Amino acid sequence: MKILVPVKRVIDYNVKARVKADNTGIDLANVKMSMNPFDEIAVEEALQKKESGEAEEVIAVSIGPSQCQETLRTALAMGADRAILIEEDSDVEPLVVAKLLKAVVDEEQPGLVILGKQAIDDDSNQTGQMLAALLGWPQGTFASEVKLAGDKVEVTREVDGGLETVALNLPAIVTTDLRLNEPRYATLPNIMKAKKKPLDTKTVGDYGVDVTPRLTTLYVAEPAKREAGIIVESVEELVQKLKDEAGVI
Amino acid sequence: MDFALNDQQQDIVRAIESVCAPFDDAYWLERDREGGFPEAFVQAVADGGWLGIAMPESVGGAGLGITEAALMMHTIAKSGGGFSAASAVHMNIFGLKPIMVHGTEEQQQRMLVPVLKGEERACFAVTEPDAGLNTTALQTRADRTNDGYVINGKKVWTSTAQIADKMLILVRTTPREECERPADGMSLFYTKLDRDRVDVREIEKMGRKAVDSNEMFIDNLEVPYEDLIGEEGKGFKYIFDGFNPERILIAAECIGLGQLALSKAANYAGERVVFDRPIGQNQAIQHPLAQDWMALESAFLLVMKAAWLYDTGQSCAAEANAAKYMAAEAAYKACQNAVMTHGGFGYAKEFHVERYLRESLIGRIAPISAQLIQNFIAERVLGLPKSY
Ligand SMILES: Cc1cc2nc3c(=O)[nH]c(=O)nc-3n(C[C@H](O)[C@H](O)[C@H](O)COP(=O)(O)OP(=O)(O)OC[C@H]3O[C@@H](n4cnc5c(N)ncnc54)[C@H](O)[C@@H]3O)c2cc1C
Repeated sequence: MKILVPVKRVIDYNVKARVKADNTGIDLANVKMSMNPFDEIAVEEALQKKESGEAEEVIAVSIGPSQCQETLRTALAMGADRAILIEEDSDVEPLVVAKLLKAVVDEEQPGLVILGKQAIDDDSNQTGQMLAALLGWPQGTFASEVKLAGDKVEVTREVDGGLETVALNLPAIVTTDLRLNEPRYATLPNIMKAKKKPLDTKTVGDYGVDVTPRLTTLYVAEPAKREAGIIVESVEELVQKLKDEAGVI
Repeated sequence: MDFALNDQQQDIVRAIESVCAPFDDAYWLERDREGGFPEAFVQAVADGGWLGIAMPESVGGAGLGITEAALMMHTIAKSGGGFSAASAVHMNIFGLKPIMVHGTEEQQQRMLVPVLKGEERACFAVTEPDAGLNTTALQTRADRTNDGYVINGKKVWTSTAQIADKMLILVRTTPREECERPADGMSLFYTKLDRDRVDVREIEKMGRKAVDSNEMFIDNLEVPYEDLIGEEGKGFKYIFDGFNPERILIAAECIGLGQLALSKAANYAGERVVFDRPIGQNQAIQHPLAQDWMALESAFLLVMKAAWLYDTGQSCAAEANAAKYMAAEAAYKACQNAVMTHGGFGYAKEFHVERYLRESLIGRIAPISAQLIQNFIAERVLGLPKSY
């Protein structure tokens, strides 16, 4: 079985995002970019399935500008077997990504696609679900455990108030939650080996998908700053402030 | 001319950043307060195969150059660990170069493999109390016995000797008076640091508490023939070959430390509000930081140039020395300015920059002092008469 793992290049989780002066988006100039942390978890899960003999090949795919090669090389250095870059400089929305991934799935015929539950830049949480719908495959989202059993995969999902386990027929879509595993680092020997692994570059045109955005971003702003708290002298003062200043009672 | 890092170099930097990320400011603050070798950090570096970055492929290393090793050490220092982190692995990265170049195949397998795997640690014993920078005046001797040598003498400043299993040690095998040149008659051994024969005493020092430096009193340490590196009498030449790459690495570490201090200073300057404005809005605060950025960037270019010269087999002594000097000075200034930018808080340990300042002096003193580098440039590059 092949496992396909889509990986997204996003602003590094340690970087404090700054809004562009004209409020059209986030300023990404000279900002550290990394693999979306949920996608690292997806790569790790796929590699574990390969190491246990349940999968033969792990293919990483990324959609975006040529710098996404870095993200793919990270996946290769973690242990993925080969990588595909679909180069596109414009911002791609989740539906476009899902359509492109569907085209890759049609070509590669993986038994499992493992995606991050969301990307930490736009937090859309849509691509996995849309891909499942386009393919007509079952989906197990927010996975905290993924067990392959014959022609099924059992996915334990982190849902409000507890855990839910679902059994899906393969081929299937899984999206990862934070507790699924602890992703490995790229080691130096694996970085050296990754140099010899294939990285194919394609264009959106190769798959005939229309990338025109359907959404327009109107305005991006920083969240309101949190004001420092104050210490009140007495209960009376507290009640008065809640009434007059906060207007909540 | 191409200033860009290649794909692999970028991957190395990124991967090292990930290895260092869990070891945050709090970790290094604690190491500096409590002392104690940063075992967990070094283990993480060893687990990723990073100690083999410059070792030959025949022993399982990556066989990469000083450029890659310098990028790695720069990233480690910059990650927040400064010299506490860099010195904890430094010796194991390029320090064993003489064994890679002059060791037999058997010695390389026996000596390098355990270091690469992180199973054994090495220290480097050259400096002596009565010789100082005048290395050829060192007095520790190795005398021949039936099955090897016996070493007696004193070393000082030997870093990581508290935790090292092995030491690379430079000693006299022929008295200086009997040699044609002072640099002759010294030999290099890589041997067990036998604590029954070597009394290792930690030196209390200004900074980098986590990575010990020591006095070593060596009393009849028996060393087998198999532990002699290369030929007897050529030891100084062997370590001399390692001086330039070592300076390049230290320089890269200085830049990392300086940039770390600068980034703390710039953040603080942007956030600290006094007189209803961020202090960083005042040019008196901005300009020193801008100067630090420029000095660190230019010194880093010189570091990379020296590394490129070395890796392409060209002579690099002037550039390696100059890079070490410029990097150390730039780092020291950046650390000082970082403390001053923080005002009173810069003097508080919790804000980290005072720790960087204490560490930054190491780069100015070791492995060669600022004065000796200037002597070298004046004499060897500018052709002026030797002053000492
Ligand atoms: C933290 C730390 C770690 C170290 N780790 C190691 C280690 O692991 N292994 C090791 O072997 N060594 C180590 N060293 C030693 C280091 O390499 C030496 O301290 C350094 O080479 C300077 O030698 P010295 O201290 O004997 O200074 P000295 O030679 O006594 O010099 C003292 C001062 O006089 C100046 N001076 C001397 N001669 C001249 C001259 N002709 N012209 C102008 N100025 C001159 C020097 O520049 C210096 O400023 C370490 C040092 C430190 C501080």
